[in-house]
Amino acid sequence: MSAVSTESEDLLGVAARWAAEGEKVALATVVETWGSSPRPAGSRLVLTASGRMEGSVSGGCIEGAVADAARQTMETGTPQLLDFGISDDRAWEVGLACGGKLKVFVERLG
Amino acid sequence: MTPDLLARLAAARAAKRPVALLTRLPDGTQLLFPDDPVAEELTAAAHVALRADAARQVTIDGEAWFIHPHNPPLRLIVVGAVHIAQALVPMAARLGYAVTVVDPRRAFATEERLGEVALSAEWPDEAMAALAPDSRTAVVTLTHDPKLDDPALEVALRSPAFYIGCLGSRRTHAKRLERLREAGLNEAQLAKIHAPVGLDIGAVTAPEIAVSILAQIVASRRGPKSEKT
Repeated sequence: MSAVSTESEDLLGVAARWAAEGEKVALATVVETWGSSPRPAGSRLVLTASGRMEGSVSGGCIEGAVADAARQTMETGTPQLLDFGISDDRAWEVGLACGGKLKVFVERLG
Repeated sequence: MTPDLLARLAAARAAKRPVALLTRLPDGTQLLFPDDPVAEELTAAAHVALRADAARQVTIDGEAWFIHPHNPPLRLIVVGAVHIAQALVPMAARLGYAVTVVDPRRAFATEERLGEVALSAEWPDEAMAALAPDSRTAVVTLTHDPKLDDPALEVALRSPAFYIGCLGSRRTHAKRLERLREAGLNEAQLAKIHAPVGLDIGAVTAPEIAVSILAQIVASRRGPKSEKT
């Protein structure tokens, strides 16, 4: 499944600016969705180790879990492919109330 | 993503050049299309994604790749630096449109009235020819003045612009159609005009009219959800 991905915000610009300020930066991108996921493939969330956050990969349901994974990736440099969905125990925990499923790719900038 | 790749992506975007970021999952190997050498099937998938302006995942030779197109921004050309334009310009920018305002009347087309936006003080037909509307461009005429709106429309209606809207009542529009017919435009071209401009939400104030226009532009591009499968 695919969805229109045009972003009106320049999140890559935000990522570059934060990196230039000396922040540790990670990028999270929705790479696949099923069902009623709130944000289409290509949606991005930019995060820093210091806790700054811009953009979104859901309606706010999974951003916390993505931030935890992003902190690991910022340390190790190893990217992660995260799976959120109703078949996953974590779904209830992180509250993907829409019943959708999605995959999020998390990578370090640098 | 390496800082080098981010810089190359940013440079392509600044140059308004369509590119696609290709990421192999899950290891995160990345390529920039069309700058980096890319296998044939991946090239085809990148073309499809750019044309559809839609990110997608594909599997090629057992490898999963995420294709993320980065097209230049959509454009909005506003003819007439009038009161409604003052409301429309910042809202359209917020929606991600690169906006140009065309108005040869220097009293209207000022930065003080419109803020930081591309301004063209050329006569509308010349301005429109130079701007060359493409399939990612919307055009809105707001002057109410046939000698400014019509020359812009004569160019816009022969272009592949995805949306053309004209301010003015039904009666004004009927007269406009007569003039444009005389100018040699055919019925299929004239049928592309949205007039009176905007969705009928009973808009009264300039910002409300701007909302109705932008809602109609979004609907033209995305289509109402109820009509999708």
